Amino acid sequence: MSFFQEKQTKLNGITVHTVKTDKYKTNTLVLKMMAPLKKENVTKRAILPFVLQRATERFRTTGDLRNHLDELYGASLFADLSKKGENQIITFRMEVANEKFLSEKTPLFEEAISLLSDILLRPLLKGSAFDEGIVKEEIRTLKQRIQAAYDDKMRYSNLRLVQEMCKNEPYALHVNGEKDQADDLTAENVYEYYQQVLKEDKLDLYLIGDFEEDAAGEMVKKYFDFSANTHAYPETEQASKQHVEEKEVIEEEDVKQGKLNIGYRTNCLYNDDSYFALQVFNGIFGGFSHSKLFINVREKASLAYYAASRVESHKGLLMVMSGIEVGNYDHAVSIIKEQMAAMKNGDFTDDDLNQTKGVIRNQLLETIDTSYGLSEILYQNVAANSERTFDELLDGISHVTKEEVVESASKIELDTIYFLKGKGAQNNG
Amino acid sequence: MGKPIQFEQLQEELYHEKMDNGLNVYVLPKKGFNKTYATFTTKYGSIDNEFVPLGQEEMKKVPDGIAHFLEHKLFEKEDGDVFQQFGKQGASSNAFTSFTRTAYLFSSTSDAEKNLETLIDFVQEPYFTEKSVEKEKGIIGQEINMYDDNPDWRLYFGLIENMYEKHPVKIDIAGTVESISHITKDLLYECYHTFYHPSNMLLFVTGPVDPEGVLKQVRENQKKKTFEEPQTIKRPELSEKAEVDKKDEKLPMNVQSSKCLVGIKAKETGLSGEELLKKELTANLVLDVLFGKSSSHFQTMYSNGLIDDTFSYDYTEEETFGFAMIGGDTDQPEELAKQTKEILFKAREEGLDQERLNTAIKKRIGAFLRSVNSPEYIANQFTRYAFNDMNLFDVVPVLEQITKQDADALLQQFADEKQMTVFTVVPKKEDK
Repeated sequence: MSFFQEKQTKLNGITVHTVKTDKYKTNTLVLKMMAPLKKENVTKRAILPFVLQRATERFRTTGDLRNHLDELYGASLFADLSKKGENQIITFRMEVANEKFLSEKTPLFEEAISLLSDILLRPLLKGSAFDEGIVKEEIRTLKQRIQAAYDDKMRYSNLRLVQEMCKNEPYALHVNGEKDQADDLTAENVYEYYQQVLKEDKLDLYLIGDFEEDAAGEMVKKYFDFSANTHAYPETEQASKQHVEEKEVIEEEDVKQGKLNIGYRTNCLYNDDSYFALQVFNGIFGGFSHSKLFINVREKASLAYYAASRVESHKGLLMVMSGIEVGNYDHAVSIIKEQMAAMKNGDFTDDDLNQTKGVIRNQLLETIDTSYGLSEILYQNVAANSERTFDELLDGISHVTKEEVVESASKIELDTIYFLKGKGAQNNG
Repeated sequence: MGKPIQFEQLQEELYHEKMDNGLNVYVLPKKGFNKTYATFTTKYGSIDNEFVPLGQEEMKKVPDGIAHFLEHKLFEKEDGDVFQQFGKQGASSNAFTSFTRTAYLFSSTSDAEKNLETLIDFVQEPYFTEKSVEKEKGIIGQEINMYDDNPDWRLYFGLIENMYEKHPVKIDIAGTVESISHITKDLLYECYHTFYHPSNMLLFVTGPVDPEGVLKQVRENQKKKTFEEPQTIKRPELSEKAEVDKKDEKLPMNVQSSKCLVGIKAKETGLSGEELLKKELTANLVLDVLFGKSSSHFQTMYSNGLIDDTFSYDYTEEETFGFAMIGGDTDQPEELAKQTKEILFKAREEGLDQERLNTAIKKRIGAFLRSVNSPEYIANQFTRYAFNDMNLFDVVPVLEQITKQDADALLQQFADEKQMTVFTVVPKKEDK
């Protein structure tokens, strides 16, 4: 038995992925747009989805557009940005009630497809540029969004770690772009970039819910009527450090709690056969509340409320994060290093191994219970240029051996320790 | 076991049974889902810092943050941590404490029965030692510090502190490093025995489960245990003046941009059941009409640079307290607060636009369908509603009844300067 059926078709230069299921009361549309992360484009790309979702030829003010969404029984529309490896990805996500649960039978799904296509292909234009007022307002919001990353110290310290660790790699760029580039954005140059996006971006549209797949395909064909149909997506080059040298960066801010973030190179990507073992490694090391980091940093030493690790699958990084008393810096770092050494030495039991595999399987199955989670899992393949099915993913995890976990641990190298410590606080380190 | 309650339009059915010891159990089967999600919740939260302990006569005040501390400690058992046991059974578990509830939960895609047994048993078998209580103080101390550095959390609590003079809702859920230092194992047991009686608790299970099987399992599990006779828990009258306590406060923090919230304190509380449900829904509709993304006010404030996409609003009401919050990040907090209040005053005078209210109702119905996709949402909200004698599945029918008269009447109470307060987090000036 398969958990779901994903059908793929190429329509007008978009890859359309449909998953038909009666699990949800709603239908979901997710549009993913991928391009390489580049310093010269990062900020233009960061503003683009927010300009596009403001107004269209049909709905010429944001009020009109938002009101239309409300009329469609509160269809939701969100834009966001993310990084997968050295790619910058724009996501538009819409969710709309399935009319079978409503007394009024409005064709909500078709309306949603039509609106999403308008947002991508028929934005509000003034001559050969976007609306200047809209672009100006979005520049201001973009700057605030960039600034906000500094106000949440947990996010900020993670951001600083990535900047320090990946200096000279595109990955160091922030998905929301750079504040000093924001003022150079204009209605013209963002529009110019938008035209390039339409030609070159890799476009994937996910349709998930209870609808007729053939009819949905026809709707996509009808509404996503691209004139230029090339999508000459330039392949990205994986940038990776050749020589990893351990470094330590300590900075001061006015905070009560020190934020400790440690970055490692895993030398393993989503595509690699050893990816499954890396996931299991991470689960035993720091991914869960039964993991070594949680047990040893929090439960045994009582040093932190959170101590966890996660894997950046498409970039080959492992990130540890914890919030600690400033004076406990040395103690916490040494415990974390000991746990890594224990992993490399194979110092974990078969029970740990099996329990972790069970919890990862559980997590994957839970993820596909939400339509958004399902689209994210499916998109991993697109981002990595692979064709791993969900069943292969589950299978891969279940077959990982202890030796393979140790093998993947042996390839992990410590790159950077970043510590954001409180101002004027005592530091034994 | 009785027939399930049918929600035809939603194509859902809900099973309910009250056990002999008073425990309410609900099961909502969700076909096609992988995940089973269960919450075991007690009607005991951070505001319950004064009560008559079970079997005693006198009111007793306990340290702030004890309900949350108890939540942490319940996971620890003589033979280790329950987290570990869930992990071994392929499940993940968690817990949270709010103002009025403490909930324990697991989610898993296999061994639902075993995990459910673990959930019920661990919550019903406390094991506290002095040593483990002391150790937990370090961990929770770090949790408190983490929230202290979080500007959005400080903003949220700052606003509530402005609104309330005495009501314990103004106290941070986790307490302070000082207050938790007074917590002992005996105090934990006292709170536990008072509030964790089955008659004060609700178990909700949703997922690809057999409802009859779940109810049978719980029945048998409860039969094996003995509990004292249920007793009504005596809590103090929470007297609180109608109007806000402080009008305007500023907190300098290490942030780059200001954050500002306008709060509206509910004038009259004490509602429950459908009345409370209707009031809460009406209040959220009013806020949506006035401040939602499709409103002209939102558009104007956005265009003028007063707000960005962090701007939001919400209204929540419980038995003894209720409040609205409106705001977000802004460079001009004073102007934002001023305009927000003016919008409310003007709406009070002019009344709400009928057509926009209808659209807001439609929007809310769609949002409800979206939320019932989520087992977490259903379990958590259903429990919260049930503790207030409301039914989650009444949301759509009640929404459909709300009229312009209801909205206008609510605005008369709401848009009152005496009920309003402002809290702002501002960037700290560098002291170089």
